Amino acid sequence: MTDDVDRNRRHFLTLATAVTGGAGIALAAIPFLSSLKPSARAQALGAPVEVPLASLEPGEMIRVEWRGRLVFVVRRTEEMLGRLEQAKAQDLLRDPDSKVAEQQPEFAVNGYRSANPEYLVIEGSCTHLGCAPLPQFQVGPSDDWFGGFFCPCHGSKFDLAGRVYKGVPAPTNLRVPPYRFIKDDVIMIGAETGAA
Amino acid sequence: MVEARKWIAVLVALAVSGPALAASEMKLEPVGNDVDNVVSLQRGARNFMNYCSGCHSARYVRFNRVARGLGLSEDQVIENLMFNAEKTFETVLAAMPAEDAARWFGQAPPDLSLLARSRGTDYIYNFLKGFYLDADSPTGVDNMVLAGTSMPHVLWELQGFQRAVFTEVGQNGSVFEHFEPFSTGSLSAEEYDSFVRDTVNFMEYIAEPVRSTRRKMGVWVLMYLTVFLIIASMLKKQIWKDVS
Amino acid sequence: MARIESEIGTPKGGFMKWIDDRFPFTETMKVHATEYYASKNFNIWYVFGVLAMVVLVIQLVTGIFLTMNYKPSSAEAFASVEYIMRDVELGWLIRYMHSTGASFFFIIVYLHMFRAMLYGSYKKPRELIWIIGMLIFFVLMAEAFAGYLLPWGQMSYWGAQVIISLFGAIPVVGEMLVEYIRGDYSISDITLNRFFALHVIALPLALIALVFVHIVALHHVGSNNPDGIEIKYHKGPDGIPLDGVAFHPYHTSKDLVYIIAFLMVFSFVMFFAPEMGGYFLEHANFDPANTMVTPEHIAPVWYFTPYYAILRAVPNKLWGAILMAAAVLLPLFLPWLDRCRVKSIRYRGWIYKSALGIFAVSFLVLGWLGVQPAEGVYVMMARIFSVLYFGFFLLMPYYSAIDKTKAVPDRVVYHG
Repeated sequence: MTDDVDRNRRHFLTLATAVTGGAGIALAAIPFLSSLKPSARAQALGAPVEVPLASLEPGEMIRVEWRGRLVFVVRRTEEMLGRLEQAKAQDLLRDPDSKVAEQQPEFAVNGYRSANPEYLVIEGSCTHLGCAPLPQFQVGPSDDWFGGFFCPCHGSKFDLAGRVYKGVPAPTNLRVPPYRFIKDDVIMIGAETGAA
Repeated sequence: MVEARKWIAVLVALAVSGPALAASEMKLEPVGNDVDNVVSLQRGARNFMNYCSGCHSARYVRFNRVARGLGLSEDQVIENLMFNAEKTFETVLAAMPAEDAARWFGQAPPDLSLLARSRGTDYIYNFLKGFYLDADSPTGVDNMVLAGTSMPHVLWELQGFQRAVFTEVGQNGSVFEHFEPFSTGSLSAEEYDSFVRDTVNFMEYIAEPVRSTRRKMGVWVLMYLTVFLIIASMLKKQIWKDVS
Repeated sequence: MARIESEIGTPKGGFMKWIDDRFPFTETMKVHATEYYASKNFNIWYVFGVLAMVVLVIQLVTGIFLTMNYKPSSAEAFASVEYIMRDVELGWLIRYMHSTGASFFFIIVYLHMFRAMLYGSYKKPRELIWIIGMLIFFVLMAEAFAGYLLPWGQMSYWGAQVIISLFGAIPVVGEMLVEYIRGDYSISDITLNRFFALHVIALPLALIALVFVHIVALHHVGSNNPDGIEIKYHKGPDGIPLDGVAFHPYHTSKDLVYIIAFLMVFSFVMFFAPEMGGYFLEHANFDPANTMVTPEHIAPVWYFTPYYAILRAVPNKLWGAILMAAAVLLPLFLPWLDRCRVKSIRYRGWIYKSALGIFAVSFLVLGWLGVQPAEGVYVMMARIFSVLYFGFFLLMPYYSAIDKTKAVPDRVVYHG
């Protein structure tokens, strides 16, 4: 009888020890796993970037760096904006209405994929395998090209709002990073709301 | 055999008293700061940025960390503590370029991030209180804690200047007796001590900003281990019950 | 008396049988844990082996995560340590674990070795365990020495400078050897990088291999015990030593208690006194290495100071180095220096007890002397205690033979 009591008590204590020890190991793992998160220095280096737009001419594009990534800022002309509907109208685009949510913030789910139609802010990283697409804003020579970006690596094509064409290796539209206008002619890339 | 033990005891006793017999350096007055006193740290941060960061960097210290640790908002830090930096994630860098400083003073003013851990707070406290007039020095002062220092008495307006009084010992030696005020500054002696204490307090903080977190965490860890110890002891006793 | 029967039988089917058909898992569990019998009268001196393994694991795991953020270049090393302390989330905790662990490793290892001296654990048939253990000790010292250079503080640099230049004392090849070790004409970025490789890869691998071999050798012979009696001489009808209890669950459950108690002491130091008054984290090392300025007092870290004191006690560079090396190496020969038939101090005579006491005091005093400046009365003391240290070993063949021993009982003394 006492053997049974002993055995039960032993099982209970073994379980209690195992649970307490397991909790301890889990707690002890926290510093090691946390240390892998971006450090204060990474956060500092990855801080939002201010981009003044005053010197950007209509039809021009500048390249800036944010978090080690390439970002294009294009000042679209009225004429370029007019062309945005054409590729969509001819059903050439894979995701004309920006339905794939991960590729742009909420405010960029519209016909020009930006906060202000005049300025396109887009990540210069082809959604196929990451090459930097080249700007080709002129129309032609082929009938289905209305200006946009062409990726030299494997031939993916994107329109003047960074929307991906059908029939190319890239699966999704070019990413729009989080950004906002802090002044009429200055944007802050990497921050959507509030202070940097 | 007992004799040998006696000799060992004598030698050990001598050894313990050894340090007292060693040559006396300047005795350091204890600073008595409280690194958990946030208000003192805030004053110290103000002092440091206004009087020290002109020449000395604290290159491992980020402004946003100081904000968090001292209970200040980012705006308060930007307005009151950041003179050359723009973003709060930046570190405290000296206004004076290092090469110029090295040329003017003979060596670059050292970074102060860890001075409280390498020299100790008492050292820094006594150093900042230890400047005295010396006509032979290029800066016009020398320091009782660090003889021949190339640092000028940057706080002279607050403390005023003082002279060091020595007494002759033996043939050629002299021993420091005490300081004698030469001119007054804008602070009284106690106010100046307080000022320096706050500054040193801040330096102790920036040497290890995580100190208070570390101690709090330690309490929890020890509590957990105590519980674990009790359970494990009960298990051990139960398992060893039948061993005779 | 109902002993706990091992609940691990031989699996007849399922997953465990699949494993056992291809890997000696259950068999290993039996041979090394559930059917490995060690004496029931282990006291606290017997916990330090397990604690050493625990600290080894702590050092390996914390070391890996430190290496993720540390930069082994003279330009970036010091700053990368501060980066870990301030910018890496909870990096300070990993760093303090590693620095506290390093010091505790030596406290534990010294106590572990002292246990062997108390109970004659180095005597036949355990000489090889002792030799392997001494090799672990040498590798551990090299590992600690290499590791200490990595923060690239004032003490890192100048401590390494002093110790490496000791090799210059070797006649003929000395200077060449020093340059070879450094890889440069003075301690530099090159030296730091190779010490990093040694500290992070080469020496840990050697340590792990040696610890494995150390335990294999131990299990082959069986553990000693505080009475110095071979429990295998008295077995029950089932072949189990009468004075033995299965390692698992008896010693595992007992060791767990000690391990938790150790972790409490470790945590107290780590969370409330990580610098330990400047002994675990030396004050001068919070100053980045400056090749132009030597700190006032250079001393190696506290765990090397007994040997450092012996080095300084000799007023000759070469002989100081030789005697220091001899002091480190001498314990290796204990199995053959000790002529006493009796293993445990419990049954030895007053000569050995006194000698061991004097040795322990000498080691501690020498350690303390190693931190003091080498002047005044300290010099004479260092010489006296060095003589006592060497005397313990060199005179042992004589005094251990003539020592009057007590009768050793047949069965271990256990008070439940």
